[in-house]
Amino acid sequence: MPLLEINNLQIDFGRGLNALRAVDGVSLALEPGKTLCVVGESGSGKSVTALSIARLLATPPAVYAGGEILLENRDVLRMPAAELRQIRGGLVSYVFQEAGASLNPVFRIGNQIREALQLHRPEAATNAEIIRLLKLVGIPAPESRMRCYPHELSGGMQQRVMIAMALAPQPKLLVADEPTTALDVTIQAQIIELLVRLRQQLGMAILLITHNLGIVGDIADEVAVMYAGQIVETAPARALLLRPLHPYTRALINSVPRLDSTAGRLATIAGAVPRLGAFPSGCRFHPRCPIARPECSQSPPALVEVEPGRRVRCPFWNQPAANPSTLDPLIPGPTT
Amino acid sequence: MNTPPLLEVKALKVHFPVETSLFSRTRHFVRAVDDVSFTVAPGETVGLVGESGCGKTTLGRAVIRLVEPTGGQILFAGEDLGSLNRATLRSRRRQFQMIFQDPYASLNPRARVENIIADALDIHHLVASPTERRQRVEKLLEDVGLHPSHAQRYPHEFSGGQRQRIGIARALAVEPRLIVCDEPVSALDVSVQAQIVNLLRDLQQEHHMAYLFVAHDLAVVRHISHRILVMYLGRLVEAGDARAVCQSPRHPYTQALISAVPIVDPDSKRRRIILAGDVPSPIHPPGGCPFHPRCPVAEPRCQTEVPAWREIAPGRHVACHLAQ
Repeated sequence: MPLLEINNLQIDFGRGLNALRAVDGVSLALEPGKTLCVVGESGSGKSVTALSIARLLATPPAVYAGGEILLENRDVLRMPAAELRQIRGGLVSYVFQEAGASLNPVFRIGNQIREALQLHRPEAATNAEIIRLLKLVGIPAPESRMRCYPHELSGGMQQRVMIAMALAPQPKLLVADEPTTALDVTIQAQIIELLVRLRQQLGMAILLITHNLGIVGDIADEVAVMYAGQIVETAPARALLLRPLHPYTRALINSVPRLDSTAGRLATIAGAVPRLGAFPSGCRFHPRCPIARPECSQSPPALVEVEPGRRVRCPFWNQPAANPSTLDPLIPGPTT
Repeated sequence: MNTPPLLEVKALKVHFPVETSLFSRTRHFVRAVDDVSFTVAPGETVGLVGESGCGKTTLGRAVIRLVEPTGGQILFAGEDLGSLNRATLRSRRRQFQMIFQDPYASLNPRARVENIIADALDIHHLVASPTERRQRVEKLLEDVGLHPSHAQRYPHEFSGGQRQRIGIARALAVEPRLIVCDEPVSALDVSVQAQIVNLLRDLQQEHHMAYLFVAHDLAVVRHISHRILVMYLGRLVEAGDARAVCQSPRHPYTQALISAVPIVDPDSKRRRIILAGDVPSPIHPPGGCPFHPRCPVAEPRCQTEVPAWREIAPGRHVACHLAQ
């Protein structure tokens, strides 16, 4: 039984004629102890999807317009408030992008972790448990660090504190929304390594939201690529990185700068993510797609299983590109 | 390169005093930039890489005197910037501009794009009439891939990548010879990063200005730079041709930075060197080699002897006892 199952989720912003659909028919499943990466550019709806798992979106303006979100077979969208409070931070907890903005600046970090413990595991709200959690996330000298205020810690350390706080209630699902985006590449590598270790140690599942496909290979079991509110491709991580099928996934992979390539122009995706409410007709990617055909602007393609475990929202995924140079899948080369 | 450098930085120091306690006798200093020397040739891109807190942003600002250096010399086209008075410095600013990290914070939210870009034109008296002013702005917007009609909009109407293009147009307006780019792409999506990096390359080929490109991601820096400087705790630890630095890094810190670059290929056989901990405090930097507490190959002498800045091959400098 999957730990998390999202079926045909639809989220609007605004009501009636003003409603703008930010998430349009997203379905995902995550097994216990596994890692799913949701990848996409800003504005693709990936963060909105992530926040909806614990019903964290403010309503209004957001409206849960359809679908279901099953956490251990219980529908989050139809849950009474008391049960929802138990789930939030208990079964599922969150780590956000900017740890500095998520931590309360006027409380010592130890007390902020204690609050999470008091809410969900009151019997464990002790200094010993706080120290254990800080140690678990690799903070040196936790006995003294627990008395620090957030501003006394670096960005990487603040993110570790956030992770410790998220782990305090012993969640089965950790949702990490761009946890490394504001960090240096060196610290990013540390945090990803930490998440991988914690998953093995604690057996929890991780839903990781990112715009950088470069970090996916280090942590993900499954990947879902989102574009303009829809999933355009899902696949096991390795298969997706070695042989991306959707033209958008290919373009995203090619835009990751690489050290081993000869210096030159980077592959880019022409144009920008369409604005909410201004999605193109037919396939939403067609104005930016290098293999688009006239019919792509006519009918919206469906997400179809093309190989076992791989679904793609593009009927022409196996057609040769009009301009192959822009679409060459990544050829693994020697790396330093 | 035998052409005279456009920018020559000699033994630059920027120290900030730290308030300790009111009655404290000793004053402490953050040595944000400590004894840094390098050159930038006309039309060249020099990448400056390092982690947060290593002083790279301060160095970028100090070379165009946005922060006052504590010591050392900055020669721009042979002229000592430190010796200039305010008025002269201001007139020289036309030749060196800056692009900032955060495209949300660096544009005045209450000004139309036309005025944001044309401010610099007005200050340096580069346009004679309102018509010419508008034409220049429209041309600049086209150069950076925006539409001329965008001139009448406000910054909030643009995405992060578009705002960064406005920031670039503003820097270009006065036709500078050097642009200091301070983490211009680190706030952007990967796909938009690539667009901006390509734009900067294209603009350089057209206008032949030099860039000092400050960033923490070596892979991005590699794509745009001719030469790379690696900085750690206020000092340069490695410098050289971009390809050489990335393919055969000599300093253990550079090696760690390279191994931290995210790569897509799941079958990559590379060895990850994950550096423990953060950059130490620049108020009390470690003795000897400043990198030794995090260095995977440190030897006893690294704790006591400061490594010299040595040229190990033509154009290739390293500050490490062990580098060959």
